[in-house]
Amino acid sequence: MSTATPSITTTETQARPELPLHQGSLGSRIAAGLATPGGAVFVLVGVLLVSIMVSNPNFTDPGALIRFAGRTAPIAIAAMGQYYVIVSGEFDLSMGAVIAAQVVLAGNFIGQDEGRIIPGLLLMLAVGALIGIINGLVTTLLKVPSFIVTLGMMLALSGLVRYITGGAASGNPVDAFRDIGRGGIEDVPVVDVIPYPLIILVVVATLSVWLMRRPFGRTLIAAGDNPEATHYSGAPLWSYKTRAFVLSSLSATVAGILLVGYAGVHPSVGAGYEFTAITAVVLGGVVLGGGRGWVLSAAAGAFALELLFTLLTSLGVPSTWRDTVQGLIIIAAVAVSARAWQVGRRPRRTTPTDPSRATHIATPSPNQPSTGATTGEN
Amino acid sequence: MKNRLSSVTSTTIVYGVLLVAIVAGAVLTAVNGRNFFSTGNIDNILTTTSILGFIAIGQTLVVLGGSLDLSVPFVVSLSSVVGAGIMAGDPGNIVPAVVVTLALAMAVGLVNGLIVTFLKVHGFIATLGTGLIISGYLASNYKGSHGSAPLDFRLLDATRIGPVPVSTLIMLGCAGLAILMLRRTRLGHHLYAVGGNAEVARLSGLRTSVPVIAAHVICSALSAVAGLLLLARLSVGNPTIGSQGGYDLMSIAAVVLGGTLLAGGKGNIMGTLAGVAIFAVIDNVMGVMQVNPFLRDVVRGVVIVVAVAVYARRELDTRPPRFERPTGLDAALQEAR
Repeated sequence: MSTATPSITTTETQARPELPLHQGSLGSRIAAGLATPGGAVFVLVGVLLVSIMVSNPNFTDPGALIRFAGRTAPIAIAAMGQYYVIVSGEFDLSMGAVIAAQVVLAGNFIGQDEGRIIPGLLLMLAVGALIGIINGLVTTLLKVPSFIVTLGMMLALSGLVRYITGGAASGNPVDAFRDIGRGGIEDVPVVDVIPYPLIILVVVATLSVWLMRRPFGRTLIAAGDNPEATHYSGAPLWSYKTRAFVLSSLSATVAGILLVGYAGVHPSVGAGYEFTAITAVVLGGVVLGGGRGWVLSAAAGAFALELLFTLLTSLGVPSTWRDTVQGLIIIAAVAVSARAWQVGRRPRRTTPTDPSRATHIATPSPNQPSTGATTGEN
Repeated sequence: MKNRLSSVTSTTIVYGVLLVAIVAGAVLTAVNGRNFFSTGNIDNILTTTSILGFIAIGQTLVVLGGSLDLSVPFVVSLSSVVGAGIMAGDPGNIVPAVVVTLALAMAVGLVNGLIVTFLKVHGFIATLGTGLIISGYLASNYKGSHGSAPLDFRLLDATRIGPVPVSTLIMLGCAGLAILMLRRTRLGHHLYAVGGNAEVARLSGLRTSVPVIAAHVICSALSAVAGLLLLARLSVGNPTIGSQGGYDLMSIAAVVLGGTLLAGGKGNIMGTLAGVAIFAVIDNVMGVMQVNPFLRDVVRGVVIVVAVAVYARRELDTRPPRFERPTGLDAALQEAR
């Protein structure tokens, strides 16, 4: 925070730019961004896309590509929801159970009545928000680790859903509702059809980027990076983290709404989504433990993961080996990004490198610089 | 009053919760016209504790070191099928099977530890990854049950000394060894130090990687024992037995329920054993009451959160004061408490 107004000498700029993200031409800034783990995932998506197109020419068709993007939308939305929680330093393991609960809720509440679609959607969003509020408040006010809170929520919700449904598929929402997940705008030139999930994904992504540039997003990242400092700076941690959990549950709800179209109503829909979402987020270069990462990288991580599966399928790898490849990839990706974040980190300012600043501080009182310098390092 | 309250350790609270669970269980069982303390029922509870107990002991060590192990269910499955495959019903093969299985599991733990310490991958991701790798291997090479355990090996699960199953005794023996390791050996003390603050431990001259790797190796070895015990119980190897049990999350829940800090550096084995016992008692009571199996998950989930909430608040506050003089804010917080 002390580097808010750095005074940069020309020699220092050439040796090591102080804030690389804000210097140089647009091209060099993009290149610098792509060198971080959060940017590298976009390169990974590009490489995977090209290799799929080479191995399976059908994939070069714009229509096929856009349908693939539509299919990936639910997991990308879930990953962006998980991003808020992870970047604030917590976990949300309840995501898959929330999806299952919402899917069953949609199936049973809406049923074959088209008039209940809007109330149904509102009810699902309200339930999602409520689950997020419970997760967040128990984590922040009762000080239970979020891993345990959301694990408990996962057990409770999935148990409840399977108890209500008896573990079997039940209820079938009206086709108009299922169209949100599987329909699209027809007869579009070039791409043939624009799936609704893709439109929803773009809207959610835009809102997310906007949100992360607002004070809310900045504070959320700060809360994940250093909760104590954020607390002392006056931000109510409990409120920010609770809102992160609400956003996560709401994302799971949206993912559930989309999945009804593809998968239908079954309590096993959404099983394992929490780990897939966490994997996607981590693949996007977001650091577990919070404080580092970009929200669009989380969505790109989801696309990278889905592209990888598609590539494995088109290469003829048996589906049973998918898990193994996924495991290898996430370990490798995180190992590489752990290195990259360390290299990309700005050097710690243990000694004032800029003589003009040091003398400037030293002038008013000889005691001040020593206290100012040591409190930062302790 | 305040002093007396703050001297109550979280382990004491866990045993208090266990006592409450046992009393409530006894009452509920009696209401259903059964005897909670009958030999059969006690035997049932002890049998339930043994498998999760092995895994939770290992998980405690890993969590104390500031890591996590999500690969345990797959190690359990792997050791179950590998052990069964080598035994193939021949009593002469028991020793080589056990040795090979343990060695294999320890290799998995070594890989986990090396990834966590040298590649600097968070334990959550590292073990999720190795778990997925093993899961893919199992799914590709084993369809359905595999191999079989000879009768001599099955006795491991069936033998009782008095009312206590041998498997529970072995589990308690392992717990004793783990407690000794944590309290009496350099490795144990270093594990606490690294889990508490790896950077401070490193600056104090510790090799921070050694305790974490050791914890992962022990955890995988104990998971393998749990897998072999399941093999003795079922008499065939099953490639999905571990993931069916949900041992990864349940063992972490038992560890945290036992008062161990998820961030590492604080906690003990005794608490974990109580955590495992609480789960076993609850499961047993719900079994006696014939609660719908799906609703059992609901009860488990609520119990985990509520039990941890009871002491999680004060857990963070009972740290020793720092060396500096208290600031005005600290004094205000003291007053508020």
